[in-house]
Amino acid sequence: MTTKLFGEPVRRREDDRLITGRGRYLDDLGEGALAAAFVRSPHAHARILDIDVSDAIDVEGLVAIYTWEDLPGALAEPLPLLIPHPALTHGRTAYPLAREIVRHVGEPVVMVVARDRYLAEDACALIRVDYEILKPVVGIEEAVRGVHLVHEDVPGNVGAHLVQEVAGPGGVTAREAIDAAPHTLEFRLDIERSACTPLEGKGVYARWDADDESLRVYSSTQTSTSVRMAIAAKLGLPLPKVEVIAPDVGGGFGVKIVHPWPEEVLVPWAARLLGREVKWTEDRREHFVSSSHERGQVQHVRAGFDDEGRVLGLDVEILHDHGAYTPYGIIVPIITSTQLLGPYKVGAYRVEFSSIYTNTVQVTPYRGAGRPQGVYCMERTMDRIAAHLGRDRTEVRAANFIQPDEFPYDQGLTFQDGRPLIYDSGDYPEALRLLKELIGWDSFPEERARAAAEGRRIGIGVGCYVEGTGVGPYEGGHVQVTSDGRVHVSTGLTSQGQGHETVFAQIAATELGVPIEKVSVVTGDTRRFGYAVGTFASRAAVMSGNAIALACRKVREKALRIAAEALEADPRDLEITDGMVHVAGVPSASIPLATVAVLSNPLRYAFDEEARRATQFAASGSDDRPPVAEGEEPGLEGRDYYSPIRSTFAAGMHAAIVETDPDTAEIRILRYAVVHDCGRLINPMIVEGQIHGGVAQGVGGALYEKMAYDEHGQLLNASFMDFLMPYATEVPHIETAHLETPSPLNPLGIKGAGEAGVIPVSAVIASAVEDAEGITITRMPISPSDLYALRQDR
Amino acid sequence: MKPPPFDYHGPVTLGEALDVLAEAGPGGKVLAGGQSLIPLLNMRLAAPAHIVDVNRVPGLDGIEAGPEGVRVGALARHAAVERSPGAAAALPLLRQALRLVAHPVIRNRGTVVGSLVHADPAAEMPAVLALLGGSVRLASRDGEREVPAAEFFTGPMESALRPGELALSAFFPALPPRSGTAFYEVARRHGDYAVAGVAAAVTLDEDLRVAAARVACVSVGPVPVVVDVTSACGPGPAAAAGWEAVAGAVQDRVDPEGDIHATAEYRRHLTGVLAARALRDAALAARGEES
Repeated sequence: MTTKLFGEPVRRREDDRLITGRGRYLDDLGEGALAAAFVRSPHAHARILDIDVSDAIDVEGLVAIYTWEDLPGALAEPLPLLIPHPALTHGRTAYPLAREIVRHVGEPVVMVVARDRYLAEDACALIRVDYEILKPVVGIEEAVRGVHLVHEDVPGNVGAHLVQEVAGPGGVTAREAIDAAPHTLEFRLDIERSACTPLEGKGVYARWDADDESLRVYSSTQTSTSVRMAIAAKLGLPLPKVEVIAPDVGGGFGVKIVHPWPEEVLVPWAARLLGREVKWTEDRREHFVSSSHERGQVQHVRAGFDDEGRVLGLDVEILHDHGAYTPYGIIVPIITSTQLLGPYKVGAYRVEFSSIYTNTVQVTPYRGAGRPQGVYCMERTMDRIAAHLGRDRTEVRAANFIQPDEFPYDQGLTFQDGRPLIYDSGDYPEALRLLKELIGWDSFPEERARAAAEGRRIGIGVGCYVEGTGVGPYEGGHVQVTSDGRVHVSTGLTSQGQGHETVFAQIAATELGVPIEKVSVVTGDTRRFGYAVGTFASRAAVMSGNAIALACRKVREKALRIAAEALEADPRDLEITDGMVHVAGVPSASIPLATVAVLSNPLRYAFDEEARRATQFAASGSDDRPPVAEGEEPGLEGRDYYSPIRSTFAAGMHAAIVETDPDTAEIRILRYAVVHDCGRLINPMIVEGQIHGGVAQGVGGALYEKMAYDEHGQLLNASFMDFLMPYATEVPHIETAHLETPSPLNPLGIKGAGEAGVIPVSAVIASAVEDAEGITITRMPISPSDLYALRQDR
Repeated sequence: MKPPPFDYHGPVTLGEALDVLAEAGPGGKVLAGGQSLIPLLNMRLAAPAHIVDVNRVPGLDGIEAGPEGVRVGALARHAAVERSPGAAAALPLLRQALRLVAHPVIRNRGTVVGSLVHADPAAEMPAVLALLGGSVRLASRDGEREVPAAEFFTGPMESALRPGELALSAFFPALPPRSGTAFYEVARRHGDYAVAGVAAAVTLDEDLRVAAARVACVSVGPVPVVVDVTSACGPGPAAAAGWEAVAGAVQDRVDPEGDIHATAEYRRHLTGVLAARALRDAALAARGEES
């Protein structure tokens, strides 16, 4: 059994449990708990005139009905605005239950608690809410006209407005550079809404212990520690009296980093009030209309460039639709506007965005978090420049690349963490070379000609991105070796299927020199680790991975110190292999890590044979020292934190070959190639899995998914029948090549990989369809019906 | 997404089932495969007072194939009909169509007759029944009646089934010798309801000229749209027929509507493309050639 596990394609240890029905998802818990259900607004914008519950109170099994009027104290206030920003001058958040006004279809109005979910929904159906319908604001163009307002006190429906400018050589502004450039282009781009749509929706299950006056909450969340703080604050409970646990979570993709959701405070509140266990499991329709969406933007682009296609000036104005509320601030448009530049150095850059209210579901980060829109903008621009100059699309990109010897490279912008946007490392020319080789870029003209001879139409597309990953402020890790030699790793951030039980165990096994079978990992349980931020922004491996490695190094150092004493050796001569501490090159001079753990904890009482060795009459200690020396702690355990100076920047490039049917306008992806660089790989198989999942979601966003709102603000496709998440049959085989440029910023040299796969897909597919059809693509996603309409307009 | 309250009935004989349905009247709904009904219940889009589960009634799952055609019982699952060698031999169109119905998991549970009674104009099996001029046998406490396809489908999600009636079986008549069929559709994703789809049946005479040619189109009208294109095929040999022109005649007969997945114009265009493809391949099959 080797203990060199870092970098190996270790099989996911959690899968056996998860794929054989032994996962513990939220709805698997709390059998017998009371069920909550919600009456939600059927209108996009309306004033609540009256709520009549008289028919509902006769439903057998009904326990309680709550409206905003019933909410006490902080619970009656708007939910928190999680990430304030000076540019967000008109941030607004919802009340847990609507107070007077509803601002999107699906906003919760009444909470019902009953013996089971069937009865709760029966009661919901009998509650009559009278509304005065107000004019809904739907669509970015309608919103910016500002004739009708989503919030009475937000003029023009503008929540935030931000300009960032990076001057070029000699202080020339972007607009000056464009005006002076040999070539200029100006155009508009549109990108539609989509959503995370994890297979498991949200869910909350709360247990109140009246004797202990404590609360345990299970939530399908991406941040148990912060949900815990929010619940304590909203319910006025001391923090130590609240525990929050994220059980197995069936996908998050961003929507579950938003918190507290109304249900996350209402369900625990009702559980305490009623002295009963209460559970709410979100259903699919609820998820579509009352969680979050993303992606919808309109972009106006002006670019000035030279004969080689080098961008001398770029000016982008973004209208970002953030829906009815801004609980997550303006993170999405900030990321769009700052990550738009990708692997390129443009002469001068100006970006301006307005974040706009509409009477639709709120917009918060969805895997990629604004980057797919930014990359779509930049890569469409690169293709436009190449077309304008009659040059190869990859040549134009290469002409703009930041070169390997230019790192660290400062883009001159302020990133989503409020810190300077400085790329730490990368090799973009090499990534492009690998990609062109993988997809056969240079031989594609012959392939196209062969297809054309058969009456087939094919095209090739390319897209590049850089992704800021591993944002702070910090994560921590705790590692304990128990006297049976097992290693218990815990970290506060949560897991939603990423494979943390595997990769964190790989890190611990490698650092401590123990077999991976001895390592267990717990995430997202505030009983085990109370300090954490959460799992989002491709940060878990970078943040907790490094924190766990640092904690392991503390444990290792202590283990070697104790073992050195026992072996009468110099700790510098000791190694740990397969759970044995031994003198390097002398395997016989050894002591099991389990025994070191025993010795680390001086005991009075012997409860088993191992413990006997650490008791006061057995242990060989020095009489002139206390059993636990000053500055020491009992136990073989360590805790450490990783807090980076700034984000680390992963990168990748994708290419696709698509076929468009000349008659039916169907679009088929024939090949999809990915070159991906996330620094040192902990587990290449898991990274590839992340890429596959990301590309699958990207294919959804490029060809299938949209949020079909009508002019009344009704979502017409709020089910998996009409919201077209791609099946396995729609996702192409994905060819992958890895490039590893280690990050100099963290001890393990790693960068995040979680979101990467999704980021450039819309840009790549737009590029390929445009190439196949010879029609300029300016709106994504594109359906066969859309393509047919474009052909008709040609 | 939990259904509203209803009374559940699990009759074990046909007579019992018909009695329960008669007493339930308009508030009764038959549960067979449940692939459409259960989602409708869970989304509270349907609220029948009585669910009559006929799955325990013996003798309703028959698939009888013969020279005359194929009779499919109320409990015959899509998958059973799809895999029936007799049904495939008598009517290759059944298998051609069933492979386009949703996904294997749904076909394992859903029934052919249930799909007919559900009468979704985007569904494949109503189009097949309409193309072949088949019929549905309906039973009630008062007796049985056989309703031809042309009268059975009365509107989107509406059929001639009356309160108190159970659809016992459907009959798909066989085609004459020298006939061929094909079914093509365009769906947004594999197994989705079609954006547009065309089933075609072509029969040749002894000189291999078109004796009869018909298509049935899905998703382009309130019910399956059947168009007889025999005269448009002209008197020449089928091998020389101008199928694009024939398909033009089909396009003119459909009246699609736009929705979030496709415009009306695109659906009309697709119907023409698919009609040409389906007719050409049906004619090839009628000559005993593979497309």
